[in-house]
Amino acid sequence: MTFLVDLLAATLRNATPLVYGTVGETYAERSGVLNLGIEGTMYAGAFFGFAAAYASGSLLVGLGAALAVGLLAGALMGLLTVTLGANQHVSGIGLTIGLVGLSEFVNRLLFRGGELQRIEPFPLVEPPAFLGPLAPIFSQYALTYLAFLVLVPLAWWILRGTSFGLELRAVGENPEAADAAGISVARTRYLALMFGGALMGLGGAVFTLASLGSFTLDIIAGRGWVCIALVIFGRWRIGRGVIGALLFSAVYSLQLRLRILPGWGDVPFELLLALPYLVVILALAISGRNVAYPGAYLKPYRRT
Amino acid sequence: MSRANPGVAGSTGRAGSTGRADIAVELQGITKRFGDLVANDHVDFDVRRGEVHALLGENGAGKTTLMRILYGLTAPDEGEIRIDGRPVTVRSPKDAIAAGIGIVTQHFSLVRPMTVAENLALGRTGGFRLDLERTRRQVAGASERFGIRVDPAAIVGELSIGEQQRVEILKALARDCRVLILDEPTAVLVPQEVEALFMTLRRLVADGLAVVFISHKLGEVRAISDRVSVLRRGAMVGTVPGSTDERELARMMVGRPTFGVARSEPTGGEAEVLLRVSGLRAAGRHGLPALHDVTFEIRRGEILGVAGVSGNGQTELVEVLSGMRHPAAGSITVDGTELAGATPTAMMAAGVGRIPEDRHASLVADLSVADNLVLERLDDFTTRTGLDERRIREHATMLIERFDIRARPEDRVTTLSGGNIQKVLLARVLSRQPKVIVVAQPTRGLDIGATEYVRGELLARRAAGAAVLLVSEDLDELLALADRLIVLYEGRIVGEIPAADADPERLGILMSGRGRAA
Repeated sequence: MTFLVDLLAATLRNATPLVYGTVGETYAERSGVLNLGIEGTMYAGAFFGFAAAYASGSLLVGLGAALAVGLLAGALMGLLTVTLGANQHVSGIGLTIGLVGLSEFVNRLLFRGGELQRIEPFPLVEPPAFLGPLAPIFSQYALTYLAFLVLVPLAWWILRGTSFGLELRAVGENPEAADAAGISVARTRYLALMFGGALMGLGGAVFTLASLGSFTLDIIAGRGWVCIALVIFGRWRIGRGVIGALLFSAVYSLQLRLRILPGWGDVPFELLLALPYLVVILALAISGRNVAYPGAYLKPYRRT
Repeated sequence: MSRANPGVAGSTGRAGSTGRADIAVELQGITKRFGDLVANDHVDFDVRRGEVHALLGENGAGKTTLMRILYGLTAPDEGEIRIDGRPVTVRSPKDAIAAGIGIVTQHFSLVRPMTVAENLALGRTGGFRLDLERTRRQVAGASERFGIRVDPAAIVGELSIGEQQRVEILKALARDCRVLILDEPTAVLVPQEVEALFMTLRRLVADGLAVVFISHKLGEVRAISDRVSVLRRGAMVGTVPGSTDERELARMMVGRPTFGVARSEPTGGEAEVLLRVSGLRAAGRHGLPALHDVTFEIRRGEILGVAGVSGNGQTELVEVLSGMRHPAAGSITVDGTELAGATPTAMMAAGVGRIPEDRHASLVADLSVADNLVLERLDDFTTRTGLDERRIREHATMLIERFDIRARPEDRVTTLSGGNIQKVLLARVLSRQPKVIVVAQPTRGLDIGATEYVRGELLARRAAGAAVLLVSEDLDELLALADRLIVLYEGRIVGEIPAADADPERLGILMSGRGRAA
């Protein structure tokens, strides 16, 4: 029982950055842009969020910085792929390499000497006592509550129930049609990329401002790429993407616990660590075949 | 009807001529250049309220460019657009929509995974929140008002082409468009749908709508238009009444009289069967069955026409017959040899020549004309040391001469016009004297001159004793060339008619799947 409660709590906690990233990437891709800059954007969000919080002593300033960095990264992706019409794969990977490099460079400038700097991270929200043994499930960061209770429903509703969402989906499916309907394809894609980028930045900041309270190299460890897979797994739906994030996170959290369980000591921990990634590959192979990509996926739009 | 005060912006200095007050849109001196190509050369054009004004011209004559300029999708280099007498600048579709201009292009501007209501809401939603219920009511209202039946909740991608076109027209009308541009609206429709479209247009025009009808089909233009303007190589040739006879319109369009190429001699009768297909089944895209028990024969010196709305198995049939797609069952014999499931090479060796629908996919655009001409038979042009460049060149020179290709052997295919690309393909296939020719949409997108040439070549092969399977969406082409016709609907042959008994109406009924019981 305690094991399951702990596992569930850890699943929600570990899924949080993935939820931010997946929702952000879904917005970018639904507008027709594959943003492979996500890994770098999360990395930059993690670092600059931490640096700002460290310098100012305020976690909220840190969050604001992560959000702003993500917004800028999204705008830069827009400049490359929308305005300049550059290849989305190259632009995205370039953005990731650039942002990782920039973050590590500034990290070296600011925190010379190699000693790990720490901040006091966000505390866990204390659940009310009447929950009894289930209380640990609700002992989460505010950022986790924000992700599941505010962001996910809001992002879903914006996409389904607002004019902007309709325009965004139209731009990603058939930009010619959207253009002919008087919608600015460029503006819509920029907005989608910037909104998505801001969420990726926040997703990265979850590590430094909530989970760890410090910044270490390779902190994102490929979770941006996992989000790319989760978006495809989710078939570009917010809800299915979140389910994918929970699935990955559940396996991830499980393998962390298996490592310390007696009897599992002989299993190489690298193998256990690979488990969630294998699950994602398997899930993609099963559910990702014959998926209908957004109609304008990877295609820059130019009036002819 | 109120008129703008002629003393103000509306004055053109030439007011007074009859009918000017009714002019909804006027284009004057429009010029557009793409590099060396002059797509529109000082073109004047106008359309009045309550008329259908056809814009006629061959492919590449500049019809579409002119209308894209009017709709703000292309910026003109020179010229002026006036709407209701006032000069306007149309920089984007948004400006055009605001000015009351709507367009329905060949490639529909619809978002296929969305519903009809969502498509109509696109770009005209007030406020942030999307009220789909209200939009649905608006669609139903507009549908009622304009007499265009559509289901607001239907997913666009699941509608037939004719229905999608109705959605497009409704979309334009729902935005209070007063000038409706239709770019080749009948290209994708079966004859009955064309008739329905024309009835809708007549009703709308009677209510004061101005319609620009772009086409290169003379019969249709005469059937629907009040006036016809003809564009040739970017320049306006003239404007004539809609009743002008086809011969005259064709002469204006092409710049010389045309004669039309049609089968003249009667069918060969009891000649031997060259291609026999029986019980053929095949899967299409996504593994869904695309052909069901297709059985037919073609005799020596016979052209068998395959009619049908695109997507009813034609593509798969051509692919199976050329070895590009593996049949699930059935037999294909060419001159007695069983070839079902054979490779393209084996098919070719057995005497099957293939001129597929997508001519660009059949040639390597970056290679020269000479290289493309030998691509299917490189072995014949290879010596011990490699390719025999001299013979490849001679071969090309010979075929360029014989097939009247307007290019040099070393020109890259990508620099050629559509007509010349098709001639390269014809030359490559026909120079091998195939016994059986499988050809799809051979004249799609070609101008009249090239079309006549291609049809003439196919008839020449027929006269020389080849069996020809001709897949075409152009009913006039099928009726002009084929000896017999079969109609494909949902992968089945739903009718077989000798060409002498075929007419567009009968074919149309079969093509829409309604003739199966009859």
